Amino acid sequence: MNTINRRLVLGGIGALGAAGVLAGCGEGSAGNPGAGPATGDGGAKGYEGPNVELDFWNGFTGGDGPFMRKLVDQFNSENANIKVKMTVMQWADYYTKLPTAVSSGRGPAVAIMHVDSLATNAARNVIEPLDDVAKALDLKQEDFSEVVWKAGEYEGKRYGIPLDVHPLGFFYNKTLMTQAGLDPAKPPATADEYAAALDALKAKGIQGHWATPFPFTGVLSVQALLWQFGGQLFNEDSSKATWHEEPGVKALSWFTDLVKNGHSPKNVAQDADNIAVMNGKNAFVWNGIWNINTFKEKKGLEWGVAPLPNIGGTKAAWAGSHQFVLPKLKTPDQNKSTAARVFVNYVSQKSLEWAKGGQVPARKQVRDSAEFKALPEQAALATQIDDLHFPPPVPGIGDALAELNKAVNESVLLKAEPGKALADAAARADKILEANRKKYGA
Amino acid sequence: MAVQASAGTLRKQRARASAGVRGYGRATPYLFLAPYLLLFLVFVIGPALFGIWMSLHDWDFQLPGKPFVGLQNYKDLFDPLSATAEPFWHGMRATGIFTLASVPFLVAIPLALAVLLNRKFPGRTFFRAVYFAPYVLGVAVIGLMFRYILDTTFGILNAFLGLFGIPEIGWTTEQPWAFVALVAVTVWWTAGFNAIIYLAGLQDIPAEQYEAAELDGANTWQQFRNVTLPGLRPVTVFIVTITLLASANMFGQALLITQGGPGDTTRTALMVITDTGFSQFRMGQAAAMSYLLAIFLSIVALITFALMRERKS
Repeated sequence: MNTINRRLVLGGIGALGAAGVLAGCGEGSAGNPGAGPATGDGGAKGYEGPNVELDFWNGFTGGDGPFMRKLVDQFNSENANIKVKMTVMQWADYYTKLPTAVSSGRGPAVAIMHVDSLATNAARNVIEPLDDVAKALDLKQEDFSEVVWKAGEYEGKRYGIPLDVHPLGFFYNKTLMTQAGLDPAKPPATADEYAAALDALKAKGIQGHWATPFPFTGVLSVQALLWQFGGQLFNEDSSKATWHEEPGVKALSWFTDLVKNGHSPKNVAQDADNIAVMNGKNAFVWNGIWNINTFKEKKGLEWGVAPLPNIGGTKAAWAGSHQFVLPKLKTPDQNKSTAARVFVNYVSQKSLEWAKGGQVPARKQVRDSAEFKALPEQAALATQIDDLHFPPPVPGIGDALAELNKAVNESVLLKAEPGKALADAAARADKILEANRKKYGA
Repeated sequence: MAVQASAGTLRKQRARASAGVRGYGRATPYLFLAPYLLLFLVFVIGPALFGIWMSLHDWDFQLPGKPFVGLQNYKDLFDPLSATAEPFWHGMRATGIFTLASVPFLVAIPLALAVLLNRKFPGRTFFRAVYFAPYVLGVAVIGLMFRYILDTTFGILNAFLGLFGIPEIGWTTEQPWAFVALVAVTVWWTAGFNAIIYLAGLQDIPAEQYEAAELDGANTWQQFRNVTLPGLRPVTVFIVTITLLASANMFGQALLITQGGPGDTTRTALMVITDTGFSQFRMGQAAAMSYLLAIFLSIVALITFALMRERKS
């Protein structure tokens, strides 16, 4: 994914909650119009009806777009009676437009959504349950990691078919590591190794890990650290934020100390941490897997990628996941519903092609295939699959997570102490969570 | 537009000695106004009334229940413990600071520009175009461009300042620099528009007044004080008012350049409203916020008019 592109809009909106991605999760109402009846086969047997045109919306504006387009073209050439029309828009706009389009009956038949937006959109009746598709695809939890699978469920129904996971990875500049006398073949993997590596770089006058105050990549890193220190973002029933407890404070302190101890300049601007690695000014950056293609395009850059180092004692990493969803159709259309399911079914099985766009396929059988193992960078990050965390499937959870963004921002810019920033943000988030419970009737 | 005037009116018209306008009926002005009025009703008044209705409810267009909450959304904005009050007032503060900091520059600098560009010198048209040019760019272009220019570590601005030994400044991540940057960007971007309006105003000032002033022995500065400024009064009132409103509605620059940061110091009221309404889908609360902001702006605009109106001697 072209990070600059993706972040320009996403990163710019503090309100977008988790990592600049709108959060959400959804609940389907019972008598949902346009849902394929229970007698449907979820698209497993193909589609025999009259010609039908499907609108397919997503936010793949970056380097991943062409890979999806290729899959769509392939599908269209193999299915004469279904024509999928793909429309791409910025994710930020997309999450605003989709509900509006659905409510006015102009919504697409198929769409992609980030896993943390599922609950909100299900609760708001934007998308419909697709348990039948999961059944038709014979999707079982065994074929997915538990977190990815669970994340697509809301109130006991399935709303998303996982397409991929995009975890945070540890990207490093090999040239700088060599300069500092470090072995580029053995990136630091523990807290002590990491500290030693940073000190070695500092001795050579290199600020080794730039800390940005923005969701990309600051907040994502802090979330990962919080889980590593054994913490949780929210309590059991997601009624209270818990990031201001000890693990969260440790996480944000560790990240803020990068600035205090001179491993990062002050006031790092958006994307500067990543650009600095490409320009040989910064050795380490924790960035999303989409960064693989960004680094590949940079000529002469000697880089590597590994799972995140384990700083806090528990292996953990932030991740997002793209999931197929079926937006509600205002006027039920059996043909469209069936065809949409056939399409989801098709792409879900082709997710290896998609992995080349810089993602980890959601399905285990694809991850275990020799072809996927031949994508060394993606495969390296795929090893984290069982250590990934997603926000809880609670409608409007992103509204609360937006407050964490502010805390990280203030702390990394040295405007507030980590503990205080987190506690203030948690107090604000609790109010939002309460308002959401009232709103969504939880 | 064909105006149907009754025969009677026509006769009256013809009977008039000063038959300058033909076929002029009582409905004519309204018919001319109709297209605008129609659009105004459909796209301004209608939604505005709907907004009031919305602000009295817990409104999410996707949810079946839109419970009536009366004035609760407004009360919440004055209750420090509610989920909406703090972000909203922080947003109002950011909007206030930006408006106070930007309007003086956006009124004074274009005036100076206009006076300069009003003189006769070779290449005048070229310079007029140059100063107006940034205004045609979209806010997305401005945002992207200045994010590169203002970047703390790679930005060309800090690189340039570094030549003089000035240490790196966090133009987008440190206060007060974030506001300085936003104001400077906005001035650069929109000064040309105000300058063009001033220019039009300058050309309306009769040359005789300057000649008379010169005969009375007024120097350039005195001419500016006593002829140019009073002559520009109506134009200035207009510019101050629209600039105030434009600055109070600043959104794109903060969204794209500082992302509301550092902390939430540059998160303007409009950003808060947009976020509340379109990403948290609390449209009732967002509508209440919009109305509060609108009331504020109306008061500010009225005060401006009162202060700047022609004093009848």
